[in-house]
Amino acid sequence: MVNDEELRKLSKRIRVDVLRATTEAGSGHPGGSLSATDILVTLYWRVLKHDSKNPTWPDRDWFILSKGHAAPALYTVLAERGYFPKEQLHHLREYDSLLQGHPDATRTPGVEVSSGSLGNGLSISSGIASALKIDGKSNRVYCLLGDGECDEGLVWEAAMFAAHRKLDNLTAIVDRNGLQIDGPTEKVVSLEPLYDKWNAFNWHVIRVNGHDHVQLLAAFEEAKKFKVKPTVILADTIKGKGVSFMEGVVGFHGKACTPTELDAACKELEGD
Amino acid sequence: MSAKATREAYGEWLVEAGKTNKDIVVIDADLAESTKTIIFGKAYPDRFFDVGAAEQNLVDVAAGLAIGGKKVFASSFAYFLTGRAWDQIRNIVAHDNLNVILVASHGGLSAAADGASHLALQDVALMRVIPNMCVVVPVDAEETKNTLNAAIATGGPFYIRLRRDKELILPKNYQFKLGKAEIMRDGSDLTLAAFGPMVDASLKAAAILKEKKIDARVINVHTVKPLDSETLVSAAKTTGIMFTVEDHSVLGGLGGAIAEALSDKYPVPVHRFGVPDVYGGSSRNFESFLKEFSLTPDQIAATVEKTVKKQ
Repeated sequence: MVNDEELRKLSKRIRVDVLRATTEAGSGHPGGSLSATDILVTLYWRVLKHDSKNPTWPDRDWFILSKGHAAPALYTVLAERGYFPKEQLHHLREYDSLLQGHPDATRTPGVEVSSGSLGNGLSISSGIASALKIDGKSNRVYCLLGDGECDEGLVWEAAMFAAHRKLDNLTAIVDRNGLQIDGPTEKVVSLEPLYDKWNAFNWHVIRVNGHDHVQLLAAFEEAKKFKVKPTVILADTIKGKGVSFMEGVVGFHGKACTPTELDAACKELEGD
Repeated sequence: MSAKATREAYGEWLVEAGKTNKDIVVIDADLAESTKTIIFGKAYPDRFFDVGAAEQNLVDVAAGLAIGGKKVFASSFAYFLTGRAWDQIRNIVAHDNLNVILVASHGGLSAAADGASHLALQDVALMRVIPNMCVVVPVDAEETKNTLNAAIATGGPFYIRLRRDKELILPKNYQFKLGKAEIMRDGSDLTLAAFGPMVDASLKAAAILKEKKIDARVINVHTVKPLDSETLVSAAKTTGIMFTVEDHSVLGGLGGAIAEALSDKYPVPVHRFGVPDVYGGSSRNFESFLKEFSLTPDQIAATVEKTVKKQ
């Protein structure tokens, strides 16, 4: 198993690959990919039971990327884990590519369900968790949402359903980077008090620094042990994390770095 | 056999199929009494889900259950299911080709008394434009059960449109085959192509036309997608004129599908019977609604006669 220091190194490498792939593609969503990177790395190297050589292994844990625009981060993680050759990252967003602009379960090994239209992942995850309960299986389901995505009413339909059904095999993670396309979440339509909202929807809520692998790991361990309620981890993150000129900048939600910006970003990420 | 509403046949079929097939799960959105899924829910509570009045969640939870290996039947009223959850049907269920069979009750004008908000007049149009989707509108209880058998055997996304009203029994002179339009009555002067309750209305219209020495072919197009263009093209070649009859908007439904197919393969005049481009409103009974939209056998026969004579 990789140690904490190696996790930090992996996160940096993933960030570099995300930026390279999106710049080569000429578009994509680097901001929300960088905010989600540490969450994905923690999940794929330390939490999930999975097997890249057998992506549909019946005893695997399930990961659902509800914020589908973070596809570059998921693809980079899946490639690094061996689901498909890293060479594929050069074909991001090309016609007929394995790696579509948003996750496509019919094309990409390791992608469990397609996403891109926001708000769907938690409901789907609840359905998978329900199927596992019917079958008496112990596999777990993890679902990563964006915070702007929580504007979607469907997220809260799912939140009510999962709590009502006592889906304690389900863990949601909200990538709380505070920014959505039109600006700060609190300016567009305020989400706060977000902790209280999930709590009121009868979820077990944990708040962590979403860039701290140790805190994330502890939260995932706590969620595994928590019975009767589903758990949501509110992961405080920074959009564009790791690159000074991208951090907290709304404009990098859906815009790739220019080649010059990419050089500067890679230097910064690889330098320290 | 007494006439039974198609939705009742659905409830009965679920219980029967669920007995041997333990992978079947059923999910509803607070309308289980009306869609008849409640019968399954009482028999197998562990495999039944009610998500409350939340149609988007209904379809996505259904998708998740299917991803988890289940054969899922998801039900609500036709308008709510197709209108409120179109994103989930398009982007998840159909895109990922999941084993979710959407079975809608209260299709067409059958929610008559409830009015415009409840009438499903665009549902077939909304479903048939989605890739991978199979769309079926059975006529009677027997055809409903045959459709459900075919759907579970085929797998993949289905939209099956049922109705509220007690209906009709089709003459049992054919074997239901998914995707195969059925000639219910042969004829050489014109073709009436219909689905659901309009098959019965068309057969009755054909009987009226016969007295006037007009020989109508009647085709039951239960499967709107994939459309059996072979049978329709052959009818167009023989009869030279096509009338489509549906309890649906004249835009985008059966008439639209047939007009598209014939314009590609064998253009003949296509006259579309159905609900014009309006909301409809309330009606205390289904029959008077049909009259309002000129869909009774008498009205269909009269319009056909006039149109054919003009030719």
